[in-house]
Amino acid sequence: MEQIAEVSQPPQIVVDQVGMRFGDAAPVLADVTTEIASGEFVALLGPSGCGKSTLLRLFAGLLQPNSGRLTLAGKPPQQARKTETRVAFVFQDPTLLPWRTVTDNIRLPLELQKQPRSTHAEPISSALELIGLTAADARKRPRKLSGGMRMRVSLARALVTDPKVLLLDEPFAALDDVLRQQLNEDLVRIWQQKQWTGVFVTHNVSEAVFLSQRVLVMSTRPGRIMADVRIPFGYPRGPELRAEPEFARLTVELSQRLREVAR
Amino acid sequence: MKGRLWSGLGVVLPPLCLFAVVVIIWDRVVDFYAIKPFFFPSPGLVAASLWQNLPKLTQATRYTAAAATLGLGASLVCGTLTAFLFSQSRWIRNSSYPYALFLQTVPIVAIAPLIVQWWGRGFFSVALTAFILSLFPILANTTAGLLNVDPDLLDLFRLNNASRWQILWKLRFPNAIPALLTGLKTSCGLAIVGAVVGEYFVGYVSDTFGLGYLILYTSGNVRTAELFATILASTALSVVMFGTVHLVSTLILQHWFDVREQ
Repeated sequence: MEQIAEVSQPPQIVVDQVGMRFGDAAPVLADVTTEIASGEFVALLGPSGCGKSTLLRLFAGLLQPNSGRLTLAGKPPQQARKTETRVAFVFQDPTLLPWRTVTDNIRLPLELQKQPRSTHAEPISSALELIGLTAADARKRPRKLSGGMRMRVSLARALVTDPKVLLLDEPFAALDDVLRQQLNEDLVRIWQQKQWTGVFVTHNVSEAVFLSQRVLVMSTRPGRIMADVRIPFGYPRGPELRAEPEFARLTVELSQRLREVAR
Repeated sequence: MKGRLWSGLGVVLPPLCLFAVVVIIWDRVVDFYAIKPFFFPSPGLVAASLWQNLPKLTQATRYTAAAATLGLGASLVCGTLTAFLFSQSRWIRNSSYPYALFLQTVPIVAIAPLIVQWWGRGFFSVALTAFILSLFPILANTTAGLLNVDPDLLDLFRLNNASRWQILWKLRFPNAIPALLTGLKTSCGLAIVGAVVGEYFVGYVSDTFGLGYLILYTSGNVRTAELFATILASTALSVVMFGTVHLVSTLILQHWFDVREQ
């Protein structure tokens, strides 16, 4: 498990001159063009309000672009996710259903996709294990859990369908640094095991560098992709990576770019 | 356990003490100024009347309770189902909501003659009055609860290709339950008012009668002590019904939503 082969894979997500505006307001995205390969882990880095969450929702087919073309596995996203390309989304808030237990929250996507109940147990228990939740936690309702635990449940709910594409919208922004780093390490480990295509939206530079193979830096109003920076570290990545000089150099470089685009 | 007992006493004891004080003052004042019983009976007379008329009062309370419960139950079912419909289409909601509001605002006195005209006097008409009066809070609260859903959760459901039915049943309805229960409490009070007042206008037939009829009859015949006893019975009915609804609501919220009520 050294460097993952990236370039040889067919592109999973193709974004071609995509523009987006809501009503008569100023455009949120303009002329966004990029490709994300199958199995690649990409971070979308940008200042708040640069449209990175909008771009992520376009990937999921939750919004339609006003102009340009966007495909997921060669099809428009809503079509692709109704066939064989399972897409999962992790929101900024855990967005758990308070009236369901942890297990039943994780079960939700299987239920909605009408998978027979007898087949639920296996994916639920493996999602719980992957994310490090005990059987006792699984019986609780979300209100009884800490913020970090709730986010883990949210992640487990996304992973339970064994998605091909995992979209994450600043999922750890509300957590403290220690918890955020732990969850980042877990996320990298899970990605190595599962090999989904990952897009991680964040405004935190070191998080972007730690997680991804590539960082796309976005500018604000309208959002455009201003830089495409390759992160050369192999996997597995552990906490010691944050202490390496190259990690620091990349963080400084990306922070510099971010400051330029935010001006 | 002992601490709980004491804090329970702390809740119950002060109002009981106040009650005793008020009853004593009431008794002394009525006696001292020699107030005529038809104008303001003494507590002893009221208690005696309560005791004497117990079978009649019990029967009337049952009758009113049945009408109020039936009206409230119908409101719960119809209000929730109509709210389901409202949540599915903006067009239906916008065109029908004003008429639902009409039910809330029309004076029941004004439509009582119509009810009598169409359904005659009696139990059904009383329950219908309770229903009309209590429908709106359930309908309005449930509709609001069904619509007020976290947009991220809607996205999550759409992303998993959820059907309209799944969104309603697995997301909107459970999301609306706390609001529905709040509406149910308001409606419970209104259903009792509807049943009692309904009897004034659409209620009485010779053999069966409820508290509303009894209030009308005893006041008309200046049987003031009996009127007081009837009022006490009405209050007891309200307390029991509202208490039941409150208890059910608290249990549901605690169990399913881990919410503790103040």
